Amino acid sequence: MASWGEASQSRLIGKRITRLSGKDKVTGKAKYTYDINRPSMLYARILRSDVAHANVIDIDLSRAEELPGVKAVLPIIEVGKKLRYQGQEIAAVAAETDDIAKDALRLIFVDLEELPFVVTEEDALAEGAPQIRDWVGNKSNPGTNEKGEVEIGFNEAAVTVEAKYHTPVQTHVCLETHGNVAEWTDDQNLTVWASTQAVFGVRDDLAGRFELPANQVRVITEHMGGGFGSKFGAGVEGRTAVQLAKITGQPVKLMLTRRAEHLVAGNRPSMTQHVKAGASRDGRLIAYDMRGYGTGGISSGAGFQAPYVYSVDNIRTERFNVTINAGNQRAMRAPGHPQGAFAMDSLMDELAEKLGMNPLEFRRINDPSEVRQAQYTLGAQEIGWHRRNTIPGSGTGVKKHGIGVGSGLWGGGGGRGTQARVTINADGTVEAVTGTQDIGTGIRTAIAIIVAEEFGLTPTDIAVKVGDSGHGLRSGGSGGSQTTASVAPVIKTAAEAAIQKLFEHVAPLLQAPVDDLRVGNGTIYVASDRTKTVTWHQATGLLGMESISEGGNWDQELRQHGVAGTQFAEVEVDTETGNVQVIKIVAVQDCGLAINRLTTESQINGGVIMGLGQTLLEERIMDPLTGRMLNANLEDYKVPGTYEIPEIKSIVFDTHRKVTGVGEPPCIPTLGAIANAVYNAIGVRIRELPITPDKVLTALAQKKA
Amino acid sequence: MDKFSYVNATSLKQVTSLLSDSGWGEVMLIAGGTDLLSELKEYIETPKTLINLKTLPEMEGISSDAAGIKIGALTTIADIAMHPTIQHHYTVLAQAATSVATPQIRNVGTIGGNLCQRPRCWYYRDETVNCIKKGGDLCYAVDGLSKYHAILGGDPVYIVHPSDIAPALIALNASMKITGPEGEKTMKVEEFFTLPSDNPFRENVLQPNEIVVEIQIPNTKPNTKSLYLKAREKGAPDFALASVAGVFEMAGRTCQSANIVLGGVAPKPWRSTEAENVLTGKMVDKAVSMKAGEEAVQKARPLNDNEYKVTLTQNLISRAVMMAVS
Repeated sequence: MASWGEASQSRLIGKRITRLSGKDKVTGKAKYTYDINRPSMLYARILRSDVAHANVIDIDLSRAEELPGVKAVLPIIEVGKKLRYQGQEIAAVAAETDDIAKDALRLIFVDLEELPFVVTEEDALAEGAPQIRDWVGNKSNPGTNEKGEVEIGFNEAAVTVEAKYHTPVQTHVCLETHGNVAEWTDDQNLTVWASTQAVFGVRDDLAGRFELPANQVRVITEHMGGGFGSKFGAGVEGRTAVQLAKITGQPVKLMLTRRAEHLVAGNRPSMTQHVKAGASRDGRLIAYDMRGYGTGGISSGAGFQAPYVYSVDNIRTERFNVTINAGNQRAMRAPGHPQGAFAMDSLMDELAEKLGMNPLEFRRINDPSEVRQAQYTLGAQEIGWHRRNTIPGSGTGVKKHGIGVGSGLWGGGGGRGTQARVTINADGTVEAVTGTQDIGTGIRTAIAIIVAEEFGLTPTDIAVKVGDSGHGLRSGGSGGSQTTASVAPVIKTAAEAAIQKLFEHVAPLLQAPVDDLRVGNGTIYVASDRTKTVTWHQATGLLGMESISEGGNWDQELRQHGVAGTQFAEVEVDTETGNVQVIKIVAVQDCGLAINRLTTESQINGGVIMGLGQTLLEERIMDPLTGRMLNANLEDYKVPGTYEIPEIKSIVFDTHRKVTGVGEPPCIPTLGAIANAVYNAIGVRIRELPITPDKVLTALAQKKA
Repeated sequence: MDKFSYVNATSLKQVTSLLSDSGWGEVMLIAGGTDLLSELKEYIETPKTLINLKTLPEMEGISSDAAGIKIGALTTIADIAMHPTIQHHYTVLAQAATSVATPQIRNVGTIGGNLCQRPRCWYYRDETVNCIKKGGDLCYAVDGLSKYHAILGGDPVYIVHPSDIAPALIALNASMKITGPEGEKTMKVEEFFTLPSDNPFRENVLQPNEIVVEIQIPNTKPNTKSLYLKAREKGAPDFALASVAGVFEMAGRTCQSANIVLGGVAPKPWRSTEAENVLTGKMVDKAVSMKAGEEAVQKARPLNDNEYKVTLTQNLISRAVMMAVS
């Protein structure tokens, strides 16, 4: 049976290995899509709707076309169609410089008939609200779920809590905005440098739309500056870049502006829950009744997890989607989970308090996960759970401390569909090639570690080639925390096959059977007689004019699905300014086998920071007056900076030696942990994110009144 | 941004003569450009000519004499923040400067530009919104979203003045030297700023053909304690939700005089004589400090989303006063 072996036998796997691309990234040598410049390249920009809802009466491109330096102007929306959100694409321009392209956009004249709009869930649901999609109402048919008998549960409940929880729309804020450089090498061959988390997805998307054989489209993503679920397809901007390159016969670069990134490049839907829940005197969660909705903007898909993590016998839920005139949602790091976790973990603490029970004990009673039960013990010890206020808000002084806990779960077991080759050349060099891409989590380094472990080499000896569909070795998109669990088994089995082949060449020289050969530190030796040894280069020299190149297979025994996580937060709330400072987060994250402990910890840190941003700062602010997003920038859309980032204790809680992805789960428990810590500090609960000073001060004033 | 011609300044005389032929917006001055460039990129301003002031080195630098210190308008925020004399004797100014934006912006942004910067209001900064400040009929904050807007002195425009430096200078009784075609004049920094009820389009009394050249701050007494407190949503960079510049002359716990100027709550830096009156001549304790805060916001008229600023401002004043006596 395939296995990653014992921890004690691992030289590299599970250790802390510096990211191979780290030096290139910090020195600026690493080339992102933004950095790609091609000979004769043109710059493209997209004219976008300034209004939330309008009929397109006329579009006049002629003056833009006449501007010197403009090479092509391409209409995107047709006259007679509707614009349904701010930022929607109207037309695009390709020009010799970016400045000319920008000037040309202002010479495109669009005649619009403005229509009534709704940009908030409340306005969309109001009586007589304008229906913004002709074929369906603003409110979707609800999805329902029922288990047990919720009324019986409430009858038995000793305590009940009724509350409304809300999380607003959050945008992805990829530091590298969406975009592409498109180049036709001839009329049948297309190369695209794309900022994407799915090079093959983009390849197939473009091949389909431009009616090209898939093997004549090459998509390259050497490095990318963040995707978080928003960068799976070519998108309007990708197709536009390719079309403009086709029209002009010149390479075209089209990167989104920061404003467009906020408006149209995806977001996490909002969530509003009206929930009633009940618990028995002995602390069992026995009834859960929830009615909720969210908005995914102009699209549907505003789902969320409710209930979440904890077991409930009697459940009744109803969930619907609200359509508004705003850019559509896309998958965002653990879709549906952080919102669900915020509401559920807040609810759990509210119930525990009514029961007069320690919130951690209440969780222990209702949490079916053995892994999390162990994590509670470890996390509580690390944060100093005993230091929390037994009576919330009872601390003295202006700056009050509080401690809270939250939980999460995720899958991350990977899947089939990755092809890879590991090649050993006669000169001793090694290549590992696969069609995945490094979304930033360090898969390049993980692949090098796996191959180096099998070969007795160091990770820097391995030339890893990812992020290029031109190699023809397919892999899936980097989503669902699936990359490592999808890729690692294939790389490992390919490396195993390759080293076996090399053993076959070495066996006659060492006069030993193949199954008696082992790799050492840059050597191959005979297990039963360690004096018989050759160096790696002596061994590969035996290949002469040949090389070894082996594929692998996705051996399910090497990966596992499902992780549990818990986080504890300590906060300090300034009761005079309403400022919440997170002092420390302890993140205990179940992950199975961490191929690279250092980058795994880094993923956990990143998840915590993103979760912190969602809890304390981030919100897409839509203006009911103008229909516009008021903070489509990084001044008023606030993401965490160095001042916000607390001490993060990332604990890689490896429960087994099979690979599981953890890209998404660490951003989930942060919300409940911080929100509960804030409550523990000030004794007044804030049920609406983000927890900004205005909300804290208002809540404190209401408590005082 | 639209195309413009770019002129390097050779003398103040040349600058004022270039300015004097046009009204607002045709010819504009650029120093650090940290505010102006964003206005150009967003098409909030579309000047035909920019005059680069950085070619006038005589407008840069910090000097002191018997009367106090002088800061050239081109002096960077970073130089002010790190100047030892300012740190020791004009602490409120050093603290205000340190709280501005980011190190990168402080390294190029100038004190003259900081005083003349335009509002951050999200309606004003949106090219498509024609608000009162841009010649329209509405202040959108009144019926729109107003979390960051004014609670004092707003009518009819509810922007807040974004400067951290200005409240500190006013609290320090600073003056400024302004040059125009008719020569130089000196005025109190406090008198430089105006309310929308006087002029909804501008935030100060500077004329289109005038230029701020120097800031002058009188000596502080040895018993002066000064400080700047800034509340914001994010550690940095962020503009103030509310801020307090306080300069106190103390005899033990007795406050002989207090200058209290608020930032982030009104269309101009807001001198709170109400708070000052509570403190002057009083033994300062917690109750007195809280009273000062309460009096300062008596006339506050919050909009839909900014009532929290009333409490916040009150609390910040009280905190500043207590820190002054601690």
